[in-house]
Amino acid sequence: MRLLGLGIFAAVIAILPLLFPENYYVTVVGVTMFFNVILAVGLNLFMGYAGQISLGHAAFFGLGAYSSAILTTKFGFNPWLAMGAGVALVWIVSYLVAKPILRLKGHYLAMATLGFGIIIHIFLVQYDTLTGGPDGLSSIPELSIFGWPINSDLRWYAVSATVMLLSILFSLNIVASRHGRALQAVHGSEVAAETMGIDTSRVKVHIFVISAVMAAVTGSLFVHEQAFISPDSCSFFFSIELVTMVVLGGMASTFGAVFGAAILTYLPEFLVVFQDFKVLIFGGILMFIMIFLPEGLFVGLCRLFTHFKQEQKECLTS
Amino acid sequence: MYEQLLQYLITGITVGSAYALVGLGFAIIYNASDVVNFAQGEFVMIGAMSAIFLNAAGIPYVLSIALAVAITAAVGMALEKFAIEPARNASVVSTIIITIGASILLRGAALLIWGKDIYGLKPFTGEETIHIGPATLLPQNLWVMGCTAVSVFLVKYFFDRTRTGKAILACSYNKRAAYLVGINVKKMLLISYGLSACLGAVAGILIAPITFFTYNAGVMLGLKGFSAAILGGMGNPMGAVAGGLMLGLLESIGAGLISSGYKDAIAFIIILLVLFLKPSGLFGKSSWERV
Repeated sequence: MRLLGLGIFAAVIAILPLLFPENYYVTVVGVTMFFNVILAVGLNLFMGYAGQISLGHAAFFGLGAYSSAILTTKFGFNPWLAMGAGVALVWIVSYLVAKPILRLKGHYLAMATLGFGIIIHIFLVQYDTLTGGPDGLSSIPELSIFGWPINSDLRWYAVSATVMLLSILFSLNIVASRHGRALQAVHGSEVAAETMGIDTSRVKVHIFVISAVMAAVTGSLFVHEQAFISPDSCSFFFSIELVTMVVLGGMASTFGAVFGAAILTYLPEFLVVFQDFKVLIFGGILMFIMIFLPEGLFVGLCRLFTHFKQEQKECLTS
Repeated sequence: MYEQLLQYLITGITVGSAYALVGLGFAIIYNASDVVNFAQGEFVMIGAMSAIFLNAAGIPYVLSIALAVAITAAVGMALEKFAIEPARNASVVSTIIITIGASILLRGAALLIWGKDIYGLKPFTGEETIHIGPATLLPQNLWVMGCTAVSVFLVKYFFDRTRTGKAILACSYNKRAAYLVGINVKKMLLISYGLSACLGAVAGILIAPITFFTYNAGVMLGLKGFSAAILGGMGNPMGAVAGGLMLGLLESIGAGLISSGYKDAIAFIIILLVLFLKPSGLFGKSSWERV
């Protein structure tokens, strides 16, 4: 029952490319959306469940992406080995910064993560002998699984969808575990959680590292899919976009994050027809949703729906 | 070495003055409504761009500046009235997203009205460089420093000495209590947003003759203002001013002595170190959690 939603979602994801194998919005934008979903689901663990905030999450995505890009193009690493190295790097970096940063709270935490993201971005732009500077790196080799090259839109669809579904399953399981309950206790009140015997600082560091590693894996996959990476892909704006995905869908809901990522991926695609008005309309929609459904679209709509059902029941019984 | 240092100080204080005004705006809105207004940088852009275009349209210089400040204040109040007030029960993160939405909206509007080109404003007075020992500065640098000092003084006077200022402070301590003693809380919020937008516009107009402006110039300035407010301790207006000046100095000295490409990185690394040592900013009150 707990995984019913995931089952339905997986079925839809599996059927869509069979119905529309050549559709741009399914096979190309779909892959981007799956990457965004993994990032949002990971960030939601840290923000939604543990109640923290990170305005620098794109940095971990960038570190993962650049590790893969640099190691494969400049040092001739095997792509999987490079991915492993990138994940290890992000694991270590996120662990090292987690301790001092997570002591901070609220706006100070927002500032520190924002600063961290900007510092990483500046290094990616400035250290051009390794990172290619503002132009980035291109002709990154393709990934292959046991000799099966991932070289078409449909194959990327299958791979990214699988990783995404696994990450959703992972998130749902974490939330339902002892660790997840500890996170939610930290969200409620850190002092109360500590008096219940929860090592709050350790719990926060863990979830921060998990969410950073998920971003690193996505970054690495992204780089192989695009065969190109530039600092623009992991700027401050992307960090903000990720936070927006989590909040827009509804915090502390895995499917809320999925929903938010889907909207933020597809909305700009559809707004293209408005040309110059695109930015204006996008901002307007964002404000409108948050003003009228401050809990986020998914969570807010779910609540409206259950509220409506309850009223119906009351009508029937009375 | 010493000669250059003086030059870095002048540049740093000029840039820092702008950051200080933006940071002050952040602090005022945060105090009044517990909102971190990520559209603050957009106020700076709107102030500068309006002044540039009103002046280009043939309106006298001083009048166009006054009108630009008024327009920005109106935008600030509209933001409070139509976005912040309807969402007053939203969580902190949700209000952050609302202000981010507002900043995207304002940037989109600016793009439509003014396009993507780069514009500059004529300096207030003259362009002859002034020599102080080995360093040089433009009259506009003096205008920036002077006007910032006057603005900060006026804001301080407003909050310390006037009835309205004190009423806003009362709202920031406890809205319900303020309401019960007969303060019109909604009006005070509106004034705070208007005031904060004015400060943003002033910052933009002051530096418009030195740095050029485009429709998206507000983003970076907003970030720096936020950093200034945090560095000084969120919710401490004079702390934000000090934070802004420090940030400007750090940047210009970092750029001069180490590397201009890394100047922002240096500034942010120092902010992070400060936060690690003092988790509530330099002049902020330490907070505690109520259980």
